[in-house]
Formats: sequence, C-alpha cells, structure tokens
Amino acid sequence: MSEPRLVEVRRNVLKQNDIIARALRERFREAGIFVVSLVSSPGAGKTTFLEKTLTQLQPRYRVAALVGDLATENDAVRLARSKAPVKQITTGTLCHLEAAMIENALADWDLHELDFLFIENVGNLVCPSSYDLGESLRLVLMSVTEGEDKPLKYPTIFNSADVAIVSKIELAEAVEFDWETARKSIQSVRPGMQIFRLSAKTGEGMDEYLTFLTQQLAEQRTVAHT
Amino acid sequence: MTRSGPVGSGLELWGGAMHELSIAMSIVDAALEESRQRGVQVSAVHLRLGALSGVVKEALLFSYQMACQDTPLQGSRLIVEDVPVVVFCPQCNEPRTLPSVQSFACPECGAPTRDIRQGKELEVFALEVEEVAP
Repeated sequence: MSEPRLVEVRRNVLKQNDIIARALRERFREAGIFVVSLVSSPGAGKTTFLEKTLTQLQPRYRVAALVGDLATENDAVRLARSKAPVKQITTGTLCHLEAAMIENALADWDLHELDFLFIENVGNLVCPSSYDLGESLRLVLMSVTEGEDKPLKYPTIFNSADVAIVSKIELAEAVEFDWETARKSIQSVRPGMQIFRLSAKTGEGMDEYLTFLTQQLAEQRTVAHT
Repeated sequence: MTRSGPVGSGLELWGGAMHELSIAMSIVDAALEESRQRGVQVSAVHLRLGALSGVVKEALLFSYQMACQDTPLQGSRLIVEDVPVVVFCPQCNEPRTLPSVQSFACPECGAPTRDIRQGKELEVFALEVEEVAP
C-alpha cells in the first residue's frame, strides 16, 4: 500500500433525486398541472385540511392526491371520501417521500386529465426538507396547538417551503395562541413568506387560500404558454 | 411515533425521524463508484454539509458506520466539514454569514433577506485513497 492521497470528486449526494425531481417538474409543467406538496408534524391536521381542499376545489377543478404514510392506508381512505382519485404511497420504514416514489406512483396516471395534484408528505418536519419532489409549491402546515415557536425549532423545513398555513384557528383562543409571535417566528426563518390562517373544520380562511391556489395554477399556465 | 431504524439498533435515539441512514447509503454508493472507477481503496470520505441541508451530523456519522458494513468501505472514516449559511444582504450589498438558521437577517444591519448563497450543501468533495496493490 502506498501513502494515502486526497482526490477531489465533487458529487452531490442527492443528485439522483434532484434529476428525477427536475424531470417531474418538467412533466407537470408540460401537462399544465399545478402540484402542491404538504409537510407538517404528525397530528397537525394535514389530512383533514387536504380533504377539505380536494372537496372544495372539485366542483370547478380536476384534483387528485398522493399520500405518503409509514404503514397504514387510513389517510387514503379518509381522503377517498372527497371522491377525488387518491393513491397511497406506503413508505414502510422511510420517514419521507422521494422523487422516485412520486414518479412510480404516477406511472399509470394521465396527468393531462388533472388541474391540481396534491402530495401529502409523511408527518415529519425534519426529513422531507432535503428532498425535492418536483412540486410547484410546498406548503408547511402548523396548527395553533403546536405553539408559536415551531418555525424556530424547525427552521430548515420552513425555509424550504413557499407558503405557511396556520391551521386549527378555531382553537386559537382556547390554547392562547399568540398570532403576532407566530408571525414573527415564520418571518424570521423565511422573510416575506406568505401565510394563510384558516380552519379546515369551520371553513374560516379557506376561500382566501383556495383563491390563491387557483391564481397560482392560472399563472403557471400563462407562463408555460409564452 | 415514527420509527426508521431496526428496534434496538440505537437509531431510535433520534426520535426515529431519521433519513440520515438513506443519505449515508447514498454517500457510500458514491464513494464506491469513484473507488471502482479509479481503482483505489477509500480510507476517508470528505463531505461538505450545509446548515440548511436538513441533515443532522451526529446521526449521519452514526449511520455512516452502519452503511459501510460489509462493503469495501468498512473501516473508512467520514469527515464532515460544516458549511454555514451565507446570505446576500440587499442593504449592505455584501454576502453575510448567518450566525443562526433561526434568523434570516443580516448580522450587520439587520435587514431581512431570503437570498441564500450557501448552506444547502450535501456534497462529497474529496476522498482519501490508497492505491490497490496490483
């Protein structure tokens, strides 16, 4: 054996994921579909929020969802009540979704028949942040019951997201949620981030958020056609 | 509670929410590919790890040893270089290193900024290698 020497290599560890994600994003754009991914901690109310989103968009838009979950198919069953096409991605021991799983799950779907695709990530505020899924928009959801400092505890995921949703606002008073503190926490880790406050249960704030999504879809299609 | 590692392996120390093992496996795969192409034995892998990479260093170091088991990299070291977040401050018109990822504001003038120039790295940048005896 000779003396050890140092060789430069420069390899992005997540290159494979990034390549697939880029190809997906291109496919979504070409099909004219707006893809929204959703991250939160377990129990933040992602599934209820998504069920309401699908149900309320459905009269006017063609919507579908992919749901990542560790083991059960409960979330997919709940979402199926919206009558939208829903596919479960059971990740087994994996704590996050990767671009290749999205690619596989969509293999037999015709994306041209859709306007919106929602991807619910595994409930986890750490692992999903490293993986690009080719989505057009990443929503991070925090409920008022989780406390105002959630963004400061998980800055990376908030920083990787485009829009923040503060959910379960019907409980804000009961848990003495301080909106101004929460707003400052979010703005501290992601200056200028757009925030929607809403309640999937009562419907308060849902319209504003849904209008935002439909505007985003229209904008993406305008850009794609110029 | 989500679990990713085999029970009793020690992986649950990180609350089970651990993607570092799959990242460690990708690092090992990348290093193995380079070592095959170059016909060398890898004794250490140098990694640049950004503060915004979403990867916990301690969990990664632990996972690396597991990922190396029964591969030609068994016994090799993972050497991690921490990369801080650098943002561009629109007020100062200068790149600035952030002391904390909890506050995306210029440490000099306080102006908020989301113009990230560095800190998302997850990159194998060098290998310590030894020639394999023919």
